[in-house]
Amino acid sequence: MKKQEVCKLIKKSEIADGIFDFIIESADIAAEAQCGQFLHIACGGNMFLRRPISICDASNGEIRFIFEVKGEGTKLLSKKAVGDVIDVVGPLGHGFEIKRSVRKPIVIGGGIGVFPLYKLTKQLTNATVFLGFRNKSRVVMEDEFDAVSALTIVGTDDGSYGYNGYIASAMEGYLNLNDCDMIYSCGPMPMLRAVKKIAEERGIPCQISLEQRMGCGIGACLACACETKKDGTERYAKVCANGPVFYSEEVTLND
Amino acid sequence: MTDMKINFCGVEFKNPIVTASGTFGFGMEYNEFAPLAEYGGIGAKGLTRVPRAGNPPPRIAETPSGILNSIGLQNPGVEYFAEYIMPILAEYDTNVIVNISGNTVEEYCEMAEIISATDAALVELNISCPNVKHGGLAFGTDANVVNSLTKEVRKHCTKPLVVKLSPNVTSITEIAKAAEDGGADGLSLINTLLGMKIDIETKRPILKNNTGGLSGPAVKPVAVRMIHEVHNAVKLPLIGMGGVMTGSDVIELMLAGASLVALGTSLFAKPDLIYDVKRDMQSYMDRHNIEDINTIIGAAQMW
Repeated sequence: MKKQEVCKLIKKSEIADGIFDFIIESADIAAEAQCGQFLHIACGGNMFLRRPISICDASNGEIRFIFEVKGEGTKLLSKKAVGDVIDVVGPLGHGFEIKRSVRKPIVIGGGIGVFPLYKLTKQLTNATVFLGFRNKSRVVMEDEFDAVSALTIVGTDDGSYGYNGYIASAMEGYLNLNDCDMIYSCGPMPMLRAVKKIAEERGIPCQISLEQRMGCGIGACLACACETKKDGTERYAKVCANGPVFYSEEVTLND
Repeated sequence: MTDMKINFCGVEFKNPIVTASGTFGFGMEYNEFAPLAEYGGIGAKGLTRVPRAGNPPPRIAETPSGILNSIGLQNPGVEYFAEYIMPILAEYDTNVIVNISGNTVEEYCEMAEIISATDAALVELNISCPNVKHGGLAFGTDANVVNSLTKEVRKHCTKPLVVKLSPNVTSITEIAKAAEDGGADGLSLINTLLGMKIDIETKRPILKNNTGGLSGPAVKPVAVRMIHEVHNAVKLPLIGMGGVMTGSDVIELMLAGASLVALGTSLFAKPDLIYDVKRDMQSYMDRHNIEDINTIIGAAQMW
């Protein structure tokens, strides 16, 4: 049986303006959580729908998730104090696939899309990581990724820190000189489209974590659709249950 | 313990709690949170004659005390359901209510025949989906169309036939009477209310379909009023739905005239809601010394 659980918030910090880093307690969820899965979180107040938030890390009875305040729901969630409880359903979804045969993985994340990649990067141990942000003030988790990867490259769209330009271009430059046999990605749609194109041109398998407005979060309501390359009833997959992680060749990434 | 059994159109329901079509998939996902046997019945995702891909996303938006959805009847088609899904559901100790939507009268009739040959308990005629261009709501807003459609489907349906009504009409009692006269065995109401939400920054609707159906606690008072009106206007038993979150809400809809009450959107907030609802209902029954739940159906006294 799956269940909804009320978990205590044990640590909270604001790691950049409007970006909150939460750690909650749950032995069951921490034991079960796979990298790339998400929690469906009740934000409190009058917000009716839960918010899907990716798991950043999970171990020893603790689950870490990081989110940006984007609307009323996440704003309410950000007001929770250490010691408060948070109503969570999870872990949910189909996460990243880690293949033993992969020797040279790349992990590429943009903005708040870097958080779902952390547990994955830890498990891979030898990934080359690309992290892109809008500007220097938005750069987060650089040291943490650096500590668990072979190499971490940070860039900013405006060049105020690290690589100057879109992070997908940095990855493309790297691929001109280096081999890679799996790309893992999460971030804004323009970045994902660029990563998908680069990967497919080079024949590199690529896993992409998507987000979509969600209803039930468990695959029943069919609200969180994403377009696939199939026809008929398989034209739209469920982001919550078939994903959130898909192989790039399964999905169109159309608007 | 109160007797919670309800006889609805000749089918025995162990309790009056069912689920609303479209919010519950084919039940398997929610079965992971609370066994399907906890429900008197489950409403399966709306089916069409041929498979449908559904509408482009986003398909859901949050609104005050509710949601808008524009799924667009994504489903594997009635034949797939009858062959592969219904046999699985038949193994569970609960009644299955099968919701069907046609583009034409002929499609509705064919679907009713296909479902009549399965172990489904009830057929629910969906004439009220606001999210598809053809069929759906187009059949549900004109009393003459409802009457003739119900009559035709009645000839092809050997299961009890429940007509699902739309609240997007001037007089829901006229539609209800038309369905009754056409031979419906029961009615279910309300489907979602047509709505829209606009993102003021992008100046575009949140939903790619522009409009969607409103559900959740926001619509409950509308549901209660319409159930009351329809209960007074026809003799048919009713399945009530619309924003039910608690056992008290179930009681309220039953007092208004519903024999069965569906949980829907509220399951998104609390997937194992059924347990709380049952506890809450029992506590009401105890407080009011009610031995048979049937005695509260339509028992609200008007001023």
